[in-house]
Amino acid sequence: MTTPTAIEVDCSTGVVTERPLTAAEISQRAADQAAFEVEKAKQQEEAEALEAAKASANAKLAALGLTTEEIQALTK
Amino acid sequence: MALQLYKIATVEVGSAGASSIDFTSIPQGYTDLKLVLSGRTNKAQPQENIQLYFNTSNSNFSFKMIIGDGSAAASYGTSNSQVADVPASTMTANTFGNMEIYIPNYAGSNNKSFSLDSVDEGNQTTVYSYLTAGLWSQTAAITGIKIAPAGANNFVQYSTAILYGIL
Repeated sequence: MTTPTAIEVDCSTGVVTERPLTAAEISQRAADQAAFEVEKAKQQEEAEALEAAKASANAKLAALGLTTEEIQALTK
Repeated sequence: MALQLYKIATVEVGSAGASSIDFTSIPQGYTDLKLVLSGRTNKAQPQENIQLYFNTSNSNFSFKMIIGDGSAAASYGTSNSQVADVPASTMTANTFGNMEIYIPNYAGSNNKSFSLDSVDEGNQTTVYSYLTAGLWSQTAAITGIKIAPAGANNFVQYSTAILYGIL
């Protein structure tokens, strides 16, 4: 596998350097990716829980006799 | 006096791609910093998040973000510094997303608050826009900013990042 390359620019000199990532950077990159996957899964879970709660609340409101238009008016 | 905007440095990604774009040794003589990115990654998905680092660290961040996807809006709070979205491999070909970060008082000794916005671009139903308030709870002056695709992928050729200093 090709070693990933970082582009660095030293803003004090304007010199741009392309260099392969160090072992530590590759390790950190993998850790960051893992954290990213955990965070995305958590966001997805939260979004799904919210949608489920909305659907449940709407069903209960409908059971009370509210029309779809009335439920939509409440949640806007 | 009108704001004065100075281009500090520009990075354009070449044909080999880049796993990160790193601005180091940022001069401390400006009032604020502004970083703009026109980016796309090689992730095998329509979009990819961007990870942000100050002074090589992606810790001590907190964010509140509003995300729109073309049909609904949602808001999140997170401490993970994956804060924007750009198009990736399966998005409409040759489209690049935009991201902008504005960091006031980057050289000061208080915690650093900043704002960030980004948009995907592509001819499909779901594209994301982010509006993010960020806080880096560190008093050190910001001397380096790094951005990288969050999924350990690469920025593709013609992705461009420009750092501006503002007086």
